[in-house]
Amino acid sequence: MTKMLRGAVVAAALASCIPFVSAHAEVTELKIMAPAAPGGGWDQTARSMQHVLQTDKLVSNVQVLNVPGAGGTIGLAQFVNASKADPHALIVGGYVMVGAIITNKSPVTLSQVTPIARLTGEFEAIAVPANSPLKSMADLVAALKADPAKVSWAGGSAGGTDHIAAGLILKAIGGDPKKLNYIAFSGGGESLASILGGKVTVGISSLSEFDAQAKAGKLRILGVSGAQRLPEAPDVPTFKESGVDVEIQNWRMVAAAPGITPEQKKELSGLVEKMAKSKAWTDMLKQKGWADTYLAGEAFDKQLAIDIANTTTVLKEIGLAQ
Amino acid sequence: MDTFAALSQGLMVALQPMNLVFAFFGVMLGTAVGVLPGIGPALTVALLLPITFKLDPAGSLIMFAGIYYGGMYGGSTASILLNTPGESSSIVTALEGNKMARAGRGGPALATAAIGSFVAGTIATVGLALIAPTIVDIAISFGPEDYFALMILAFTTVSAAFGSSVTRGLTSLFIGLSLGLVGIDLQSGQARISFGVPDLLDGVEVTTLAVALFAIGETLSVAAAGSRAEEVIEPVKGSVFMNKEDWKRSWWPWIRGTFLGFPIGAMPAGGAEIPTFLSYALEKRLCKKPDEFGNGAIEGVAGPEAANNAAAAGVLVPLLTLGLPTSATAAIMLAGFQQYGLNPGPLLFATNPDLVWGLIASLFIANIMLLILNLPLVGMWVRLLAIPRPWLYGGILVFATLGTLGANPSLVELGMLVIFGLLGYVLRRYDYPIAPVVVGLILGPLAEQQLRRALAISVGDPMVLFQTPIALTLYALAALALFGPLLFYLITGRKAPVGGDED
Repeated sequence: MTKMLRGAVVAAALASCIPFVSAHAEVTELKIMAPAAPGGGWDQTARSMQHVLQTDKLVSNVQVLNVPGAGGTIGLAQFVNASKADPHALIVGGYVMVGAIITNKSPVTLSQVTPIARLTGEFEAIAVPANSPLKSMADLVAALKADPAKVSWAGGSAGGTDHIAAGLILKAIGGDPKKLNYIAFSGGGESLASILGGKVTVGISSLSEFDAQAKAGKLRILGVSGAQRLPEAPDVPTFKESGVDVEIQNWRMVAAAPGITPEQKKELSGLVEKMAKSKAWTDMLKQKGWADTYLAGEAFDKQLAIDIANTTTVLKEIGLAQ
Repeated sequence: MDTFAALSQGLMVALQPMNLVFAFFGVMLGTAVGVLPGIGPALTVALLLPITFKLDPAGSLIMFAGIYYGGMYGGSTASILLNTPGESSSIVTALEGNKMARAGRGGPALATAAIGSFVAGTIATVGLALIAPTIVDIAISFGPEDYFALMILAFTTVSAAFGSSVTRGLTSLFIGLSLGLVGIDLQSGQARISFGVPDLLDGVEVTTLAVALFAIGETLSVAAAGSRAEEVIEPVKGSVFMNKEDWKRSWWPWIRGTFLGFPIGAMPAGGAEIPTFLSYALEKRLCKKPDEFGNGAIEGVAGPEAANNAAAAGVLVPLLTLGLPTSATAAIMLAGFQQYGLNPGPLLFATNPDLVWGLIASLFIANIMLLILNLPLVGMWVRLLAIPRPWLYGGILVFATLGTLGANPSLVELGMLVIFGLLGYVLRRYDYPIAPVVVGLILGPLAEQQLRRALAISVGDPMVLFQTPIALTLYALAALALFGPLLFYLITGRKAPVGGDED
């Protein structure tokens, strides 16, 4: 009797399980693509996710796949083509990808993936060598107004966040972004050396690149691109405080495959939210010096659309895109 | 004396048994990945970072240092024995090293590379410990115009050093320069000659080109020659180890290579390749038997190998003193520092002296360990060449393809490997030198970017190129390299002791 009962219970449980499985596929494995070589920001984001998801036992098996190239557009194209409707596939991306898609005329765009959430961000900062005559953003604005060509900016590759931020600043003070004298460097070390050596007028990069030098008194940070002052540099005014209406962050996000069902999207969003709110994740962000700029759902979709539109405009104005 | 106290303190840290194990593991792993073309120390350290998260900082940084030095060394082993440069900084080593290996002198070639790396690594590490702050001030003072002058010096010395004829050398160089144009232009963000192929947007990978031209091109020409090939590979002829003359001929190239490699490696845009080119050109000039160059001159292995190891130590100068990562591996090591909440920068020496000195000391340990590990293995390594030719070349093909595809799994990459392999065969068939193609691919983009940066900063005024004392000195050296032999001829009435320039 008890045996029969048990059998019935099991059968009932199984029966109820079947629709349950297909509706809320429990995520047991994930493949996260980092569309960059190991070591960079996207790769570190993907590997941090892997670490937190596994140590908090949110997902038992997480793999990271690196597909480097062309500002992430090669990885993005491969992701869109190979992971269609795959509920176990995620890709890490970010603001640099937005610019790269436009300048590289990438056939695949972010509209072809399913954005899940913005995870972290780094704010931009403008730095000058300690002995520079420029003491504040106001000095820089004056110099730019006098002759934008005489102000050389050192930053990362053309069309990246640094370049876009510089273009936005020149535009915000009424200058012509086409006159921007931007010098692109491929690595942080090289551009930092040119700033320290006084070869360029100013440097623009994420605050973390300048932080150590500023603390040692070798660089002076004129402003940062956050909406509020940043905890790492409470004495540095924001661009907005200095009267330059520019706010920008080099954000990183995670997106899912194209063509997944709304249920699957909900499932993944819930998983990412759980991860982003976990202690392990907050600790990780702190340790890496990344700001928590978590944004999901419709708010993120809206912000993404605004970022894409603004970037397209400024890249056209700088002359990098048609 | 403060420095020495700190350094001996560091040695105590590095000599702890557990840290020795880490160093040993790092050196082994580094050598293994250095041998594989395409997969370098940067990738290895990056993949290990999450794993070492739980280890103690000193131990894992020591292991990374071992991987770094081991990678440099492993690259030269593959270059010498298989003509498959594992790293871009060991391309020059393949030129003379592989010729030596085929003539049964692989043993001395490997030994001079190992001992040269040790000598250079040791001198450079002492330099790192003692004069890093001074060196870095000079290195930072190099502006784009000075780098451009350095590239000009490299072009003028190098183009004369490779091959039998200047015209053929320049032809090869221009093939390389054209390949260097492929991909997204750094300054404007626009794609150049990439024909809408997304995989070409990042340009041609140096190791792909080098492996294709050297290893695949060579395999094809051996296959094409078939039984007509008269050359017989002898694994060992004479002593496996260096004889007295080898020592005499290696000693000065090691020292000169070190003094080229260390400062250039310390420059933020210097790198490890340029000093190897300069060292090769310099040794060819100074060699008493210039006709041996191209046929296996030991100086051509000793100098560049010392130079690339010294440059590897040089890269640590801006990293440790200023927190500037100037190579891919250094950037990853920086990420490693940050993982432990350390912020490399001007304050690192003051805030974490035990760690910094532990790292510097572990470089010594890694160096000694490499020597101990590799010298006894030389005899075993050269036996590789005793493998029957079809098997050997088959193995080289598999090895070259695996390494390249392992780093970048893409069909386009495979296609490039095959096409450049065919190019290598054609160049060989018509007696064009191979190395200048690779040199052009490395130096061309560097020279272009520096020139354009200099001109952008000066708002288009070309005079900026001739305004710094550093640039003028470098141009003077370039002019001397170019016209020196001619002046020598005019003054003394006899030909300068330089390798024949005519066909």
